[in-house]
Amino acid sequence: MARGIKDKVAILGMGCSKFGERWESGAEELMLEAYKEAIADAGIDPKQLNAAWFSTAIDEVHVGKSGIPMSTTLRLPNIPVTHVENMCASGTEAFRGACYAVASGAADIAIALGVEKLKDTGYGGLPGGRGAPLQQLWNANGTAPGNFAQLATAYMTAHGVSGEDLKKAIAHVSWKSHQNGAKNPKAHLQKAVEMDTILNAPMIASPLGLFDCCGVSDGAAAAIVTTPEIAKAMGKQNIVSVKALQLSVSNGSESGHNSWDGSYFHTTRIASKKAYEEAGIKDPRKEVSMFEVHDCFSVTELVTMEDLHISKPGEGWKDVLNGFYDADGTIPCQIDGGLKCFGHPIGASGLRMLYEMYLQFQGRAGARQLKDPRIGMTHNLGGAPRENVSSVAIVGRYE
Amino acid sequence: MVGIVAYGAYVPRLRLNRQAVYDANKWFAPGLRGLAKGERSMANWDEDSITMAVEASRDCLTSHKAEDVRNLYFASTTHPFKDRQNAGVIGTALNIEQNLLASDVGGSQKAGTSALIAGLNASKGGEPTLVAAADKRLTRVASNTELNYGDGAAALLCGTENVIAKLVGHHSVSMDFVDHFRGEDAEFDYGWEERWIRDEGYSKIVPPAVKAALAACKLKGSDITHFIMPSLMPAVPKQMAKICGVGEGAVRDLLGANLGDTGCAHALVMLVDALETAKAGDKIMIVAFGQGVDVLVFEVTPENAKLPKRKGLSGWMARRKEEKNYMKFLAFNDMLPIDKGMRAEFDKKTALSILWRKRDMIYALVGGKCKVCGTVQFPRTPVCVNPNCHAMDSQEPYNMAGLEASVMSFTADSLTFSPDPPAYYGMITFPEGGRFMADFTDSDKEQVKVGAKMRMTFRIRDNDQMRGGFKRYFWKAAPV
Repeated sequence: MARGIKDKVAILGMGCSKFGERWESGAEELMLEAYKEAIADAGIDPKQLNAAWFSTAIDEVHVGKSGIPMSTTLRLPNIPVTHVENMCASGTEAFRGACYAVASGAADIAIALGVEKLKDTGYGGLPGGRGAPLQQLWNANGTAPGNFAQLATAYMTAHGVSGEDLKKAIAHVSWKSHQNGAKNPKAHLQKAVEMDTILNAPMIASPLGLFDCCGVSDGAAAAIVTTPEIAKAMGKQNIVSVKALQLSVSNGSESGHNSWDGSYFHTTRIASKKAYEEAGIKDPRKEVSMFEVHDCFSVTELVTMEDLHISKPGEGWKDVLNGFYDADGTIPCQIDGGLKCFGHPIGASGLRMLYEMYLQFQGRAGARQLKDPRIGMTHNLGGAPRENVSSVAIVGRYE
Repeated sequence: MVGIVAYGAYVPRLRLNRQAVYDANKWFAPGLRGLAKGERSMANWDEDSITMAVEASRDCLTSHKAEDVRNLYFASTTHPFKDRQNAGVIGTALNIEQNLLASDVGGSQKAGTSALIAGLNASKGGEPTLVAAADKRLTRVASNTELNYGDGAAALLCGTENVIAKLVGHHSVSMDFVDHFRGEDAEFDYGWEERWIRDEGYSKIVPPAVKAALAACKLKGSDITHFIMPSLMPAVPKQMAKICGVGEGAVRDLLGANLGDTGCAHALVMLVDALETAKAGDKIMIVAFGQGVDVLVFEVTPENAKLPKRKGLSGWMARRKEEKNYMKFLAFNDMLPIDKGMRAEFDKKTALSILWRKRDMIYALVGGKCKVCGTVQFPRTPVCVNPNCHAMDSQEPYNMAGLEASVMSFTADSLTFSPDPPAYYGMITFPEGGRFMADFTDSDKEQVKVGAKMRMTFRIRDNDQMRGGFKRYFWKAAPV
């Protein structure tokens, strides 16, 4: 194990736009909204930024390639801007780049900004297309819900869970996120929903119905990072520091080798284990105060809580139904509404999760403020269960 | 002795209920009532003459090695490509590119028999020759042809070893009798009056040709045990048989009741039907009409009874799903301007250079087998997928098209664009090793389950209508 990044980087300021169907705004306005808040929160002048990381996932439908869109939109002082894309982990990847720059000493203050403007395609759901030219010749004519629906099929098969039990559990996942999202003024969906409505919603890709799928949203989020020493020297209180950053990427064994049964995320198990080690966490079920995980689909969240080593394999659905992850449960998960209700502008999502952690640690989370959180974990999963990138970040109070 | 050494057939699973067609169109064409009984075969949206010919060829090659085939003739009047060898696509799908002479035969309803005669001649020297025929003809709404036609294919392997039906003789005449035609730019057939076709066409062209063939074979009409003569006029084959001295009992059923006329493939489809039950010594006569006539005479040998079992026409006919939704028939044939939504607009341009590099993978479903650890995988890649191996440049080609797979996980997706929603797809695994996320076809809710056995089938994946209809083919999984 490498030496790791624990407590080498502190969050100096953060910003997050309102998420949702932002018909009136382009990516530029969304970026500025998050940036203005982050700069003000950090209390710095833009000239103090040494480097920037810029994340998007489907930039072909909005800003296009390179670091130029961020640099020109925000009129950055001709600093390095690196455009990163790693599917749904893009936001956390931008954060990882900025943190590593600060930890290495190459930058004193760096910014990570993610944006996605998805609602300019003319149709619902994620922008389509079938990927690389060879993939187009043989990959199944699938969608994200169809790929994640198969996680549900395989999970039921692997653990002998009935369709009815699983449907109830994943409905609870979505119900809980709607309850939480209702308390978040920046969330895309701010309305609590009845359990019956969730259970009886139209099918998108069986067994996933409409409420099992997260929103397709526009939005941006940003984090400005520095060292704890510089933060302290700037007079910052309640400093939040980075404890671990890990990323695990599929190498094709799940999709091509018959050793994987389809019921779990191989990469998430690896990334989370390494992250706990990097952060010095021995018993995550006892030590982690809150989670923001990648609930692109309700079943993804349920299975992820097993792969993050919180629920036992095959028992996550019971923890969910027992309210373990509810706002008033043992470890609240998606206290901000999650991808489900806060929304999922892909390149911004990882940073949005960190934004909620940051607010919670600083006691600034308003109606959804948790009591005395100390350690939080964020998680992103890009791709499909059979082939994906899985990123985790652990942040907490700097003590 | 040259003759047929193996046969195969293919019929799409869907059978369009003719009453349903009539019910939709009777307001306009009440005269079609007499045809409103039984059903016709109906290709799925992802089937065309190439895919059906591939299936019939695979059925035919159940008992023989594909790589021994030296000549491949593909007869159709609905070749998906005007310039791009259609038979070559079939050859690549059968993974038999090397040492193969492939040819397309078309242009007439006797293309199937003309290809068969060419195939028999080509295999006289012992070179196995595969003759495949398939048609999927578009028809006008509320036309006779809409009810009479069917979609289907047959394949015959010609050769000199273990002949099941030896060629006794054949005779052809070619004359430009235009009973119907389909011009270069036309989608549909244009036909002349049936009575004229019967009286001036069949009645004057067929009997002399049949008599010439019988004379060449030193046979009498009454020697014929099976008289195969496709025709859209059911009484005509009986009349021709009578004129030629062929017994009425020898006239084969036209398969009109639940298949329909499969175009230039139909003579060969009917031949497969006959061979499935024919006894040693039976004499089979085929009469195929179309700008002249081809007549072939075969004698069934004792080898026919020893031919290993295959699905054949009866097997594919038994796999059946009734379709009463006439709108679906129109939509599958692109004759209904249905609102497909924006997800149907994604560009389907094919990188032809990639297709060439990966043609064994895409067209023949050839994966890899690692020489170091033995792991079978799809696709074949530079580094072995086995997490305990990861050997480099270690894989040999491994053909997976004939392997049975099982469903590991699946979904029914209503979001993605499919001409037949919801789209079924899922992870399929091969017991030999290897897996991939495959589109399913010919699938129903009741059949698709975890653990269900699946058979790989060559299908259309996309139709690039922006570029004149370049069809992308790949393999899909269908319930066994």
